[in-house]
Amino acid sequence: MLADITLGQYYPGTSFVHKLDPRTKILATMSFIVAVFLAVSATSYVILVSFVLGVIFLAKLPVILVVKSIKPLWIIILLTMCIHLLTGQGEVIWSWKFISVTKEGLSMGVMMSLRLVLLLIISSILTFTTSPIVLTDGIESLLKPFKRVGVPAHELAMMMTIALRFIPTLLEETDRIMKAQMARGAEFTGGNIIARAKNMLPILIPLFISAFRRADELAIAMESRCYRGGEGRTCMHELVYANRDILAATGIIVLILFIAFLKWGGELCAI
Amino acid sequence: MSIEVKNISYTYMAKTPFERKALENVTLTIEKGEFVAIIGHTGSGKSTLAEHLNGLLVPSTGEVCVDGVNLKGKGNDVRLAKHKVGIVFQYPEHQIFAETIYEDIAFGPRNSGKAEKEVEIQVRNAMQFVGLDYDLFAQRSPFQLSGGQMRRVAIAGVIAMEPDYLIMDEPSAGLDPVSRDAIFTQLMAVFKKRDIAVILITHSMEEAAQYADRLLVMSKGQIAIDGKTSEVFKEQRGTLQEVGLDVPESIKLTDLLCAKGLKIEGQALTKEQLVEYIKKAKGWS
Repeated sequence: MLADITLGQYYPGTSFVHKLDPRTKILATMSFIVAVFLAVSATSYVILVSFVLGVIFLAKLPVILVVKSIKPLWIIILLTMCIHLLTGQGEVIWSWKFISVTKEGLSMGVMMSLRLVLLLIISSILTFTTSPIVLTDGIESLLKPFKRVGVPAHELAMMMTIALRFIPTLLEETDRIMKAQMARGAEFTGGNIIARAKNMLPILIPLFISAFRRADELAIAMESRCYRGGEGRTCMHELVYANRDILAATGIIVLILFIAFLKWGGELCAI
Repeated sequence: MSIEVKNISYTYMAKTPFERKALENVTLTIEKGEFVAIIGHTGSGKSTLAEHLNGLLVPSTGEVCVDGVNLKGKGNDVRLAKHKVGIVFQYPEHQIFAETIYEDIAFGPRNSGKAEKEVEIQVRNAMQFVGLDYDLFAQRSPFQLSGGQMRRVAIAGVIAMEPDYLIMDEPSAGLDPVSRDAIFTQLMAVFKKRDIAVILITHSMEEAAQYADRLLVMSKGQIAIDGKTSEVFKEQRGTLQEVGLDVPESIKLTDLLCAKGLKIEGQALTKEQLVEYIKKAKGWS
């Protein structure tokens, strides 16, 4: 039941995308997100979608897994679609009583939900192909230059590592507690919203207690191994850029330039 | 009246790289009145099997029937059948959630739709079984108790449902010897008084030997041995060692003593029995 949540779960592999340096992947993901917001025309969306499909293919990820990553947000995506459909102004293409759908609303709705889907998928690809530890190594390394202006890079990265590390543990714990309460006849479906919220208490309370307990134990375990922050700490695996990173970076830069050209190219030519 | 398991197999995280077969073609029947110990290494499928016995996991293939009701369905009879099987999970104290001990133990009986009067009686009985004084503890917060006491509250929470089949997954893990013995004494009391089936999942061959009449040895998701405890130790020692287990210490010691020339008759399943046998052999009693 809870095993269905895939967002933020590593899918092991040895593909080109898996082997990329985490910093490359993080920066590429961020650039792609910028590209998504730059994209306005249908052509640019076709390019973005085919780029994403290409990455999925390169990473050898099962398509179902990637599609599943949309699941947690599909209601929001649907809602975005509906709101744009129903509130758009312009040329009416379909109407029924007071509801009318306009051409502009339709294209806006499709665009906005496509944006959401692309954002979700590209960030899922990042976490599917990068193990949490490597990912935070990458983030720490990227944040290092900002240390001088007071960004606690190491501490942030450590907090993220710990948070990520505990997602599966807490999921497992939830699963176990749910089973234990179900064995005592608890039911979590059915009833109105208040009844359902009340039904969740037998899961949430033990879960919080165990989370606090784990946090306590972890803090003691870290201190007893002399952990005292990032000062003077070295890495076991130093991150090194390879040729494939240059290749990937070129790819994403070309993509961004292309999308930017599609947006502003016309104006540039006009000048 | 029995739990019947017919050819079940179960795969965790099917169709992902993490796919792992936990159970393979397991068939067994557990009758009421039996005390069965399921023993095996970590990852041998013991806990997975236990979770099938009351429908928490649905087998990939095969079926599980409790008193003739297949647990795959959704009807009311299936719900009732599931309520007949109580599971005490590993570290059950981690599932405690209510403000008072009474409320926590009453959770199960209330869910089976009992009237409040009946619930109270069941809570009282359950607390008595696990050795917690009702007047002293019922209105206390379970979170102020010691680990051993919390575990007793959690066990009471399952016993209060008056299950016909009681599954206990490592009830003694992480407890001191005194609490451990207390829990087993109480478990035997429930077992003897209510004529239920007890299924004890454990790592410890000593525990299994001391309490169970029947031994189920799991290895790699399959049942390696299924037989009477005493017979298993007598006849299947080789198989036990093959799956990385062994006979209890008391039997090993008996063998050593015999090799040194002491004539010991019979099979010592517990330390106490062994002491008796030695006394007899030496003519001290």
